[in-house]
Parts: sequence; C-alpha cells; structure tokens
Amino acid sequence: MSLTIAEVEHIAELAKLGLTDAEKALYREQLSAILDYAATLQAVDTSAIPPTATGLPLRNVMREDAVRPSMPREDVLANAPDASEGYFRVRAVFESGD
Amino acid sequence: MLHSFTIHRAAALLRAGEISATELTAAVLDRIYAVDNAVKAYLTLLPEVALAQAAAADAAIAAARAAGTLADLPILTGIPLAIKDVITVAGVRTTCGSKILESYIAPYQAAVVDRLAAAGAVILGKTNTDEFAMGSSTENSAYFTTHNPWNLDRVPGGSSGGSAAAVCADECLAALGSDTGGSVRQPAALCGVVGIKPTYGRVSRYGLVAYASSLDQIGPLAKDVTDAAILLGAVAGYDPRDSTSVDLPVPDYVGVRDQGAGDRGLHGLRIGVPREYFAPGMQAEVEGAVRAAVELMAELGAEVREVSLPHTDLALPVYYIIAPAEASANLARYDGIRYGLSAPADSLWEGYRRTRGQGFGAEVKRRIMLGTYALSAGYYDAYYLKAQQVRTLIKQDFELALQDVDVIACPTSPTTAFRIGEKVDDPLSMYLSDVFTLSLNLAGICGMSMPCGFDAAGLPIGLQLIAGAFAEATILRAAFAYEQATAWHKQKPAPG
Repeated sequence: MSLTIAEVEHIAELAKLGLTDAEKALYREQLSAILDYAATLQAVDTSAIPPTATGLPLRNVMREDAVRPSMPREDVLANAPDASEGYFRVRAVFESGD
Repeated sequence: MLHSFTIHRAAALLRAGEISATELTAAVLDRIYAVDNAVKAYLTLLPEVALAQAAAADAAIAAARAAGTLADLPILTGIPLAIKDVITVAGVRTTCGSKILESYIAPYQAAVVDRLAAAGAVILGKTNTDEFAMGSSTENSAYFTTHNPWNLDRVPGGSSGGSAAAVCADECLAALGSDTGGSVRQPAALCGVVGIKPTYGRVSRYGLVAYASSLDQIGPLAKDVTDAAILLGAVAGYDPRDSTSVDLPVPDYVGVRDQGAGDRGLHGLRIGVPREYFAPGMQAEVEGAVRAAVELMAELGAEVREVSLPHTDLALPVYYIIAPAEASANLARYDGIRYGLSAPADSLWEGYRRTRGQGFGAEVKRRIMLGTYALSAGYYDAYYLKAQQVRTLIKQDFELALQDVDVIACPTSPTTAFRIGEKVDDPLSMYLSDVFTLSLNLAGICGMSMPCGFDAAGLPIGLQLIAGAFAEATILRAAFAYEQATAWHKQKPAPG
C-alpha cells in the first residue's frame, strides 16, 4: 500500500506532530513500507482467536479508596515551562469570540 | 583494577575489610574518566552523589562489623551501579535520550531505585539509550551514539546500549536497563555481557518512563550470571504502585547456582531448540556458536530436542503494530505544559505541534505516526485488533513448546555488533536486529542473553535462554551450569 501526503498530514494532525515537508515525504515512504510488511498479518485466519492485550492473566486490580499523601504542589510545578500562583499556565483553549 | 570486579567479588572484599566502598567507587569513577570519552556510555554522571553514598556504605559496613551483623548486610551495600536514563532517580535529570526531556529533573524515584538505595547501592549515573528506548543501537539517542567497547566503530546494541557498554567496559559493576522488544538482551549479546528480561510483572515499572506498557520490563545487565541473579533478586518483587506488578515471592536466584554445585550438571533439564530461529540470513558464526553451546549443555546432562514456534515470522509485524500503538498513547503526555520542552506558539494547538515536532527525534515520530495510524478510525480492526489476535498465537506457541521443554535455547540476535551508521537509514533492517527477542515480550515470559563465543572479527555472540512466566530460576540454572563450563565471560575488551 502507499499512503498519500494527505493521509500522512491527517495522521500527524491526530498525533499533534508538526512535520516539515521533507519529513512528510520521508514518512510517507517509510510508513508505507512498514505497513506493507505488517500486511503479512492479514493472511492469518484469526476469526476464532481472542485478542491478547497483556502477557499476564491479570484483569482489574483494586485497591482501597483511601486518602494518601500526594506529591507536593511545588515539586509537581518545578518542571513546568510556565507556572503561576500554584497552577500551570497554558495558552487559551478557546480563541476570543468563540 | 577494582573497577573490573564483579559484584560478588567486591561484596566479599568489602566484608573482609580488604577494600572500602569509597575506594571501589573512586576506582570505577577513574575508569569512567579514562574510557568514557571513547565509549560514551553515560549521559549524566553523579560523582559527588556516588562518593557520598559510598561513604555511607562504608559507615554501614563498619557498624555491621562492630555489631557482628555483616551477614545480614544487603549484598549490594557499597556496590557502584549504573541506571538507564529511562528510569527515574529523584532529583536527577532523566532525559530518556530525548531533547524533549533535556532539562527534566525527576520529582519522584523509580521503585527499582528505591530498592537499590535501601540495599545501600551506589548510583554512578544515568546511561545512554535510544530515544524513549526506541531502537537497537543507541543511534536514536538525541545526544550521541554509544560505542561498542569491543570495537569502537560498532554499535553496542540498544536500546540499553549505554548500560551494556558501561558493564562491558568496567565503567560500573552492573547496570539496569529496560527491555520492551529485546532492549536488555540484544545489547547484552552485542557487548558480551549477561542481560535478563524478567517476566512481565516480576519487576515494578513504577518510575520507568513508559514506552509500550504491556511489553516494558526492567532488567539487569551484569558481568556474569551470579551478578545478574543478585541484581534481579534485588529489584524483583511486588509493588502496589505498579498495578501490573505480581504478588509472588522472589526466589533465591543466586541459590540456584549452589543447588547445582554438586554435579554441576543439567540432568533432568529439557532444552528445546526452535527450528524457526535458525533462519537463512543469520550470521553463520552465530548459528555455530549457539549450536555448540546447546551441545555443551547436552554434555552437561540436559536433554535436547527440537521444538517449533510456528508463528515466529509474525512476531516482528505484530510488535511493530502493538508497540507503536501503545507508544503513541504514552507519548501524548509530552505536551509542553507540565514538563519538558515547550516551543513558543500563538495558540495551544500550534504549541503542541511545534513542541512535539521539535522535541521528538525521527524514530520516535515514526513510531508515533505508525501507532496513531494503527489506532485510527477505520484501521483499528485491520491493524491493532489483528495484531492482538496474532499476539495470542505467538503466546500459545510458547505455551505449547514449554509443555515439552523447560528452557528454549536460541540466538539472541541474528548477527554480532553491526557498524555505526550501517542501518540508520533503513528502519526495517534495524527492526530485524530484534527478530529473536521481541516475541518473548509479546508472550510476557522471561529470557536472558549470555556470552557463548566470538566471531572472526572478535565480536561477542549471545546465547538466548527462554523460559515460561516466573521461571527465571530455571533459565538461571542452565546459565550457571553453562557459565561454569566455559570462560567466555572472562574475556574483556580494551577500549580507548
């Protein structure tokens, strides 16, 4: 299969990855080759095979819903690119007028 | 000289009062200063922290000697170790080999590091890795490529290539790595050291920066089987902070060696050789060395038979759907808001695009793209669900084979260390370097790599031993017996 540049741009937008035109062209070629390789799976009859999500037989793991100490706020914010008054500062989600 | 010690030798000398932890740590730091310009194993060195920990260990040893409790002292007291830079040490930079975390100081500490600290170990520093553990050579590190101490023009393998090279070049006594598709075993093979990928759930992943959460597992890299068993025993065990950690007792892994010490034999052990793992295209010297190792184990009393893992060919395509899919979800957290690189932009959305576009390297972007595609509307069933179904078949292959045998023996990697630059432009060819290791992660079972010879160029060859879930002691039994009958692990390179 061969991806189009528009498909590459769509995937990049879903992943919020800003790509240069050169990267788009490269990933179009490389992803197409890798997906061709992955297409060998299509030949396997899996109609009666359940999916495996983990190697373990574990399912839901419960713990007591108890209050426990959490990381101090200043430690959490210490790596923040932009923080103010004990909060992360972010750019506006909605533009003015929205 | 002290830098070349194993953990068990150094621990005995520390207890005998013949060396101090401070002398030992200083000697290993001197070794790092002497050879790391050539090997480039470390991303971050912590000499002051290490020497302070060593002084504390010396005080603990002196107190234990005065109290007559030396026998109760944890074996890792005063032992200098290296940590792959995808595992957090509180207050220390954790880059994951990525520019997006270049200035990230971990505010919390991995469970495995807590365990090492409680045992009195000394942390020398953080070792190089392919970015977010995605790679087989360390060439995907955003900082530099680590060089194989056996031949500096060759890769050390990856992604735990920094840890493997540091162990190999005596720049630490042992190290921790992480293994998602072979990232402990393949570099162990290419550097000629011992590496274990424990069963999924054996070691807590708390504080291991996530790549593919259903496959990731932390494991030891060491100079011999005894040291690998010591380090595995020190970090294994239940941790409520990792919900996939399993609450099973940790066996005495080192004790396995002494159990077999009577006849040093492998009588009663059934070893399977999978016919699919000796495929055309593999280096003839690798096949020869692995077959000779199996013959030796047969001479030691093991019963050897051929087994079949019929879905082996499908492990690579399954892995390269599932691992990128999980990675694309895990790496969504790098948004430039809470930590890490944050590129200036006029809008929130453009900030995400620029931060991630600038902060991630080529392989990470490639896998995020691949995983996002496999999970996207219209392709989920054809790629992700299909891969999970074939994952079931791969898991069943091992379950069936391991009904007839206790251990599976095969090559760790199809070739010895390849040249730096040889595979960087061909992702599929790089992925094939892990073709014999990644099926174990898909099945969730355990495996290890240990040295079993050298090729004509003098590069080490790795023997992979595989067993079922929580059967680490079984592979260690075979490994101890093989190691006691050979001397491969005693050969050392002279880097720099």
